[in-house]
Amino acid sequence: MADAGRRRGLTAYLLMAPAVVWLGLFFVIPFYSLVAASLYDPGGSDKNGWDMTYHLANYWTAIENYWQPLVRSLLYGLAATLICLVLGYVLAYTIAFKAGRWKSLMLVLVIVPFFTSFLVRTLSWQLILADDGWVVDTLQFLHVLGSDDKLLATDFAVVMGLSYNFLPFMVLPLFASIDKIDPRLIEASSDLYSNPFVGFFKVTWPLSLPGVVSGTLLTFIPAAGDYINAELLGNADTTVIGKVIQLQATTANHPHIAAALSMMLMFLIVAMVLVYVRRVGTEELL
Amino acid sequence: MRWLREHLVALVGGVVLVYLFVPIFLVVLMSFNDPATRNVYKFDGFTFDNWLHPCADPAMCDSLALSVEIGLLATLVATVIGTLAAFALVRWDFAGRSQSNLLIFLPMAAPEIVMGSSLLTLFVQGGFAGQLGFMTIFIAHVMFCLSFVIVTVRSRLAGMDDTLEQAASDLYATPAQTFWRVTFPLVLPGIFGAALLSFSLSFDDFIITNLNSGSEVTFPMYVWGVARVGLPMQVNVVGTLMLVVSLVIVLSGEINARRRARALT
Amino acid sequence: MSSPAETVQPEDPARAAPTTTSYDGLRIRNLHKSFGSFHAVTDLDLDVPRGSFFALLGPSGCGKTTTLRMVAGLETPTSGTITLAGQDITHAKPYRRPVNTVFQSYALFPHLDIFENVAFGLRRRKTGNVEAKVKDMLELVELEAQARKRPAQLSGGQQQRVALARALINEPEVLLLDEPLGALDLKLRRSMQIEIKRIQTEVGLTFIHVTHDQEEAMTMADTVAVMNAGVIEQMGTPAELYENPESTFVANFLGQSNLVEGTVTGTSGDVVSVDMHGIGVSIPAHRAHTREGKGWIGIRPEKVLIGEAGAQLDAPGETIPGGIVTDVSFIGVSTQYLVKMPWGQEIQVFAQNTGRDQIFRSGDSVELSWRPQYAFLLDHAQDVRAGAEEAS
Repeated sequence: MADAGRRRGLTAYLLMAPAVVWLGLFFVIPFYSLVAASLYDPGGSDKNGWDMTYHLANYWTAIENYWQPLVRSLLYGLAATLICLVLGYVLAYTIAFKAGRWKSLMLVLVIVPFFTSFLVRTLSWQLILADDGWVVDTLQFLHVLGSDDKLLATDFAVVMGLSYNFLPFMVLPLFASIDKIDPRLIEASSDLYSNPFVGFFKVTWPLSLPGVVSGTLLTFIPAAGDYINAELLGNADTTVIGKVIQLQATTANHPHIAAALSMMLMFLIVAMVLVYVRRVGTEELL
Repeated sequence: MRWLREHLVALVGGVVLVYLFVPIFLVVLMSFNDPATRNVYKFDGFTFDNWLHPCADPAMCDSLALSVEIGLLATLVATVIGTLAAFALVRWDFAGRSQSNLLIFLPMAAPEIVMGSSLLTLFVQGGFAGQLGFMTIFIAHVMFCLSFVIVTVRSRLAGMDDTLEQAASDLYATPAQTFWRVTFPLVLPGIFGAALLSFSLSFDDFIITNLNSGSEVTFPMYVWGVARVGLPMQVNVVGTLMLVVSLVIVLSGEINARRRARALT
Repeated sequence: MSSPAETVQPEDPARAAPTTTSYDGLRIRNLHKSFGSFHAVTDLDLDVPRGSFFALLGPSGCGKTTTLRMVAGLETPTSGTITLAGQDITHAKPYRRPVNTVFQSYALFPHLDIFENVAFGLRRRKTGNVEAKVKDMLELVELEAQARKRPAQLSGGQQQRVALARALINEPEVLLLDEPLGALDLKLRRSMQIEIKRIQTEVGLTFIHVTHDQEEAMTMADTVAVMNAGVIEQMGTPAELYENPESTFVANFLGQSNLVEGTVTGTSGDVVSVDMHGIGVSIPAHRAHTREGKGWIGIRPEKVLIGEAGAQLDAPGETIPGGIVTDVSFIGVSTQYLVKMPWGQEIQVFAQNTGRDQIFRSGDSVELSWRPQYAFLLDHAQDVRAGAEEAS
């Protein structure tokens, strides 16, 4: 409908210009700077300047030293995305079909935590998972946890934090997709399939797929690059690539390593996304 | 048992919602905390002190001021140029439209650490290594807010019935009048929402800001800094305030909409 | 009724005083509209008399809405002219034409209340006395109590009346209605049809009503133009169109017709003789739209008389024997028969249930006849099914 009435003319370019220029200058060009920096000669320094010697070996150095944080980040991202998918789907489904007149209110409630400071609410998790906290005590009492075990400063805590913080990114696209499903189709599926799980996978799940794809992408990509959760809720062994890049870029003064790591992180993420999207068969991310 | 099965989904959904709010509840609770020691983060006693002396650590309030300043400025710029772009994308047909759409989508999907480090690299290569600060933070914030503004306004605009503008034209409104009296009022809620989103993204950003801030300290950076050495409870006061303000804004919008729908029936 | 001339920008050509020798209604000549290779409207000629209620009738996709939009200025013609009261408005912008539209979706401004919606046109033209005029118009459409509500709070029928009021209040030279009753349920539609007709008679403006509902067009309009695939098939009063259709499309689109193959055997005076499967049939000359070769003999089901085989029917014309009833539907007001004739075709017969005649049953042998003055003859080259499916 909107297509038919599109105008032609130079005004469009004028309107687009500021945004395109800003993004071009500060998003696209930095990418090229990054490529260049990743090929610096390691012998340089901030004082003397850096020479571009197409030093591809930087990449090898980076991987050699930091493959563990890299892999760890991707694994954390995957774990958090999976948890978010399960929790988020249930929540989105509930809001779409079971909320009735509370629908918009519940959506609001999903978004509101997002408006508190990311850091401050992550610190709350330090409290929740504290060694002498209520949660750990209860779990120890139930013998789910050993008396020496802890929740804080573990991989588990990091993934919990990530899942918590990125849940809205999963819920909102999921909701947008699920909400569009005609409820009569779900009724029909419960008519056709005696087992509700089968009905779900044959009808509801495929229809919600575009939302699943957007949600998982919008969750996985930032989660894989995050280091706040790993630092606040993890320990020295849970270093993630984000933290490494941060350190290499600033304290350690190795812009070439930081750049190489950034490039690799990005390529890995893009590769995983492409494989994923191709498998799922949906091109509609927007 | 049967009740449980029928309402299972709703129950779990409710539980997840509760789960979302537990840490938030703790933020509020901790804002009233009277800590026994600085280093250990746990609830010791109740006090109003934190609320009465929010700027006990002046560095915190300085960082807050900076975050608000940058937030407002970045929001203003991002909302204006983002709205212009959204109009172009919805209402015009031009070469490069689909490429522009891609360009706008990418920052939303890129990891922050990559955007941050690449921006830093640009600034350093450009010779601004010594001038990292307000300007660079501002530039970075507008950059990542733009996409969200454009997507928000665009969807609002695209969802608008264009017959309305035809009707206005049919009723003697010139194109300018049609825009100001019909199009703009109808898009305004979207623009307002985009601005709110932009401000909260800017205020809350840490990773990109941390890399490009030079010696400036925004609120998230301040929190990061004190998290290791001892968190002043005033940080939770700020967190609670942010929560309250956003709840008020969003809920008042909801109530307003419901009241208008109910009032004159 | 004041013309909008005094109230709009003086430089606007559409508002200048018309010359005395030109047509004072809406005149469309050689109008073409193509979207790429698709021809929505082809060589359209139309004269709409001032003050008349004109209906543009046709199936979806026939180009009627496109034509309407060109009159409104929302669509630019590929070629052709549109003149209103002597002024050429073909390329004038919509906001410079003394034409207003009632949209199919009403297009009420959701962010304004009913009062402001109706006042919109007046305010844009800076007309004085807005309060009084809006109040009068709301009274006319019986919506005074809703003046301060928002469109979303109104029912479909009420919204429709607001859309009408919003357009009417500007006293346009022509009021265009684009299938305005489509979204309403049957009862409401009927009452709105009467309402709109009443308003038109009261205010005396020219109304052009676009619809696919032939009953609606025939009920409301003084003149109906039937459109098909971008061209006007026939134009005239509802009675003219219904009783003497000039093409198979019109015959099938308005009501229903039986079309039977036949061959013209001759013309004498004002009667055309046709051989219909061995039976001689006469058609009045002014109702014969082909004079030689093969043709379609048309007769409306309600004009066909049905009787027992052998019984003499009241018709000074031909009796067509050998029919067998294959289907009987009791509709209440009438009984509808399908009668299979010796040449294989099933003829539809609508017999009014006056109580005098017997009701036949499936399998009965019957004879059909009709008065020749009701039959018509159409060009055999036309598609016998044209217009049949689309009739609503």
